[in-house]
Amino acid sequence: MLSGGLIVSVSFAYLLLLFAVAHFADRRAGEGRSVIANPWTYALSLAVYCTAWTYFGSVGRAASGGVWFLPIYLGPTLGFALSWLIILKMIRIAKTYRITSIADFIASRYGKSHLLGGLVSIIALVGTVPYIALQLKAISSGYALLIGEHDGAYRPIHTGSWMQDSTLYIALVLAAFTVFFGTRHLDATERHEGMVAAVAFESVVKLVAFLAVGLFVTYGLFDGFGDIFSRAFADAELASLFTLAGTGDAGYGGWFAMTLLAMLSVIFLPRQFQVAVVENVNEQHLRRATWVFPAYMLAINIFVLPIALGGLLLFGAGQADPDTYVLTLPLAHGQEWLALLAFVGGLSAATGMVIVETIAVSTMVCNDLVMPLLLRLRRFKEAADPDLTGLLLGIRRGAILAVLLLGYLYFRLAGEAYALVSIGLISFAAVAQFAPAMLGGMYWRGGTRDGALAGLAAGFLLWAYTLMLPSFAKSGWLDASFLEHGLFGLAWLRPEQLFGLQGLDNISHALFWSLAANIGCYVLVSVLRSPTGREASQATLFVDVFQRGQAGLPASFWRGSAQVADLLPLVARFLGTRRTMEVFSAYARERGVARVEDLKADAGLVHFAETQLAGAIGSASARVMVSSVAQEEPLGLDEVMNILDEASQVRAYSHQLEEKSRALEAATDELRRANEQLKELDRLKDDFMSSVTHELRTPLTSIRAFSEMLLDDPQIDLAERTRFLGIIVSETERLTRLVNQVLDMAKIESGHAEWHNSDIDLRALVEHAVDTTAQLFRDRGARVEQDLPESVPTLRADHDRVMQVMLNLLSNAAKFVPQDEGRVRVALRREGDLLRVDVTDNGPGIPPEFLVVIFEKFRQGGDQRSRPQGTGLGLPISKQIVEHFGGRLWVVSTPGGGATFSFALPLGGRGESAAAAHNEIE
Amino acid sequence: MTKKILIVDDEQNIVISLEFLMKREGYEVSVASDGEEAVARIRAEQPDLVLLDVMMPKKGGFEVCQEVKSDAALKGVRILMLTAKGRDTEVAKGLAMGADAYMTKPFSTKDLVEKVRGLLAEH
Repeated sequence: MLSGGLIVSVSFAYLLLLFAVAHFADRRAGEGRSVIANPWTYALSLAVYCTAWTYFGSVGRAASGGVWFLPIYLGPTLGFALSWLIILKMIRIAKTYRITSIADFIASRYGKSHLLGGLVSIIALVGTVPYIALQLKAISSGYALLIGEHDGAYRPIHTGSWMQDSTLYIALVLAAFTVFFGTRHLDATERHEGMVAAVAFESVVKLVAFLAVGLFVTYGLFDGFGDIFSRAFADAELASLFTLAGTGDAGYGGWFAMTLLAMLSVIFLPRQFQVAVVENVNEQHLRRATWVFPAYMLAINIFVLPIALGGLLLFGAGQADPDTYVLTLPLAHGQEWLALLAFVGGLSAATGMVIVETIAVSTMVCNDLVMPLLLRLRRFKEAADPDLTGLLLGIRRGAILAVLLLGYLYFRLAGEAYALVSIGLISFAAVAQFAPAMLGGMYWRGGTRDGALAGLAAGFLLWAYTLMLPSFAKSGWLDASFLEHGLFGLAWLRPEQLFGLQGLDNISHALFWSLAANIGCYVLVSVLRSPTGREASQATLFVDVFQRGQAGLPASFWRGSAQVADLLPLVARFLGTRRTMEVFSAYARERGVARVEDLKADAGLVHFAETQLAGAIGSASARVMVSSVAQEEPLGLDEVMNILDEASQVRAYSHQLEEKSRALEAATDELRRANEQLKELDRLKDDFMSSVTHELRTPLTSIRAFSEMLLDDPQIDLAERTRFLGIIVSETERLTRLVNQVLDMAKIESGHAEWHNSDIDLRALVEHAVDTTAQLFRDRGARVEQDLPESVPTLRADHDRVMQVMLNLLSNAAKFVPQDEGRVRVALRREGDLLRVDVTDNGPGIPPEFLVVIFEKFRQGGDQRSRPQGTGLGLPISKQIVEHFGGRLWVVSTPGGGATFSFALPLGGRGESAAAAHNEIE
Repeated sequence: MTKKILIVDDEQNIVISLEFLMKREGYEVSVASDGEEAVARIRAEQPDLVLLDVMMPKKGGFEVCQEVKSDAALKGVRILMLTAKGRDTEVAKGLAMGADAYMTKPFSTKDLVEKVRGLLAEH
């Protein structure tokens, strides 16, 4: 048995430790060495999601509903994995416009409406006060269990008056803590570093404590997971906990609803918005959190089922309250220190939630409920108190205290009632009502203030009717008959079977109706009228927040005139003179203006001043204050659209300009390419000309030299004279051949050659070519073999051109075969759709490096000294001819092993049509 | 003493005409038909003058010229380059390589003979 004094001492020591952590973080922040500016702290602070309700309650849920405890964790895990882009956008919007709460977010988006902000604040307050009460209850009953104030079944016995109730003191201590670290500065966008550090620390403590209990139960009381589960399966009643059907709830639909609910709440619970969005230091931290947070959820859930099953196996079903197994299992087995650690873990979970939730809610209460009322007081407006910072801080501190005392009050009044026990999910359902207005506001320009008001009001009313009132009735505070028979006895108004909808559990049922009404009203009322100028401008600023600062999106839609001398004191009233001068000096420096007084009171400055104010008193109130000192032109929808039009025109122009410059660049590239091609062609032409010149000059040189010699010297003897004249004649023939072939080549290449196609018999053509060149081979003493089939199909081509190819190949062979030992073999074969001709000689062969170049112009092969007369154009021309008919000309050779020149022409088909097409063009 | 002239060209007929011309002038003539043979003969025979074609297999005239001119042992060898490529850049290139004179094909036999006489007289 632990003494109350010890537990209280430990608890206070723990709270003091929290103070120390928070103080340390705040001091480091003051020195500019933030401890929370790291993604781990951010991710851990998000675990404020796990409250005492989940710390103790998930075991309870698992004990009664088996796997039904899971959606509460699956939802956030999925939510974070899937919606981090949405959260990123919320962070960007909140930072850009200094938004400090969900109420402010929604109010600002829909035209900075006080009414909307107030409604959201009330929903948040109604939804969270009981939740805070639940945390206090968890602490109080845990305390009672530890000091032994419980019955045989470990049910805590509540005794004592208010003044003796330790819970009140815990509430007060928490209020003090929250006041101390939550309202040090006025500007709420200045993050609460100490608080975040403390919350992250608490997340670690509760995880360690829960894991310790889990390990104790699993490995201390049982022999590990396998042991617990096999023993549970052996028990028919416990085994049913492992299936959805066996646990009595509403099956997959219920699972879906529960997961969706948890998914929405991880984003829209005021405390989650506070830590995830308002307290975010760096958008990059979100990336780490998308896996660390789910990992944390996994870790804290590993032992939920083992503890629940262990409790049921050891205590027996219906004995001790499963909600307290975390404490009672160690207690029942004499592990008091472990129980104390578990209690500290629960205390952590509870205090973390209470602190953050209270700060979030009190900010809403102050900025969206109290400030609007104050602004309406004429006395407040006229009493131009130059410094209201004290008043503002006072309001906020008062709000914190009030929220915590309200929570305590609810705890005292509701006690063991159903309304308190089931409040966790009921709270989730309340904040889920923010989803349509929030998400719609971030992604849909069409949403209006009236739509948001209608949606929120409808959703809230249905939530109250289908969840809140029934929970009151079940607590015995209302006559429960309307649950059975419906309001006014109308059966279709039964709150838990509204309009006859049955077969859903009460949470899924309420979620369905409230969200349906919420979304329906939001969309319908929004589309009823087009947005006002202010709604449209805020819509653009929110929806297009990622494009802000880029060409085309105005930073603000404000038009009018103002004086710096008016704006400065206004901001100073709420922020204090020192801070005001600081932020305005920084703004001036950014714009290169030396003194604050020299700033121009343009739209940018007014927007800046208003944003600063928004951080302190909320965007709606800031709007009212700024408009009180500036002469403004009210912006109608038309004006807003004009501004947007101008902006989009600028954007369009710059887009066009970009397109044009891109097109210009592309054109330049194309021209450059064309130019390079031309240059290349020019170079080829030069090379060709140079080659032709060389080929012409060479025979000319001989002709001229011999002619001059003969002319100069009549004494040359006859034999010499005849030899010289023979050379002159043969060189002249060479010249003639060259000129003809150059012209031929040029014609073929330029496409001006004439082609006279007919059906030709290649066999006859080959024989004819061999006959024609017979003398050449006889002169060289060479033998020609023919290997021709009986007949081949005719093919369509130019007879003379193909003959030209044959003659060229044969005369080449004749030139290169060895004198008197030459053997040339001519073969014709059909190969599929092709007719192939091979001319094989036993000459010296062609070195590998010449195999390609011999088909280039003026590149003759062979040893130059023995090089026969040739122009170097024969093979290139033959290749062109064969290719013209869709065929191929190639050579296979090994040095010393002779050479085989082959060409193949297609039968009909392509060659014919290609040639025909060519002819038609000509 | 008879001057020695080496004729280097891969065109048989041009070799025949040059040989006839030079012999008629009373020079001692030898012949090479590609660049490698030319270098070998120049080293072996130390001719007074080389009539050097530019476009040749194995080793071009420019390479031969460069090799000869960079060899101190062959200081006395004059080079007259003959080319069928008549462009100015070719002429400039030849002279830059150290050729003593340059003629384009087809050449006048008279001019050639005069040029050869001139080059050999400079000795």
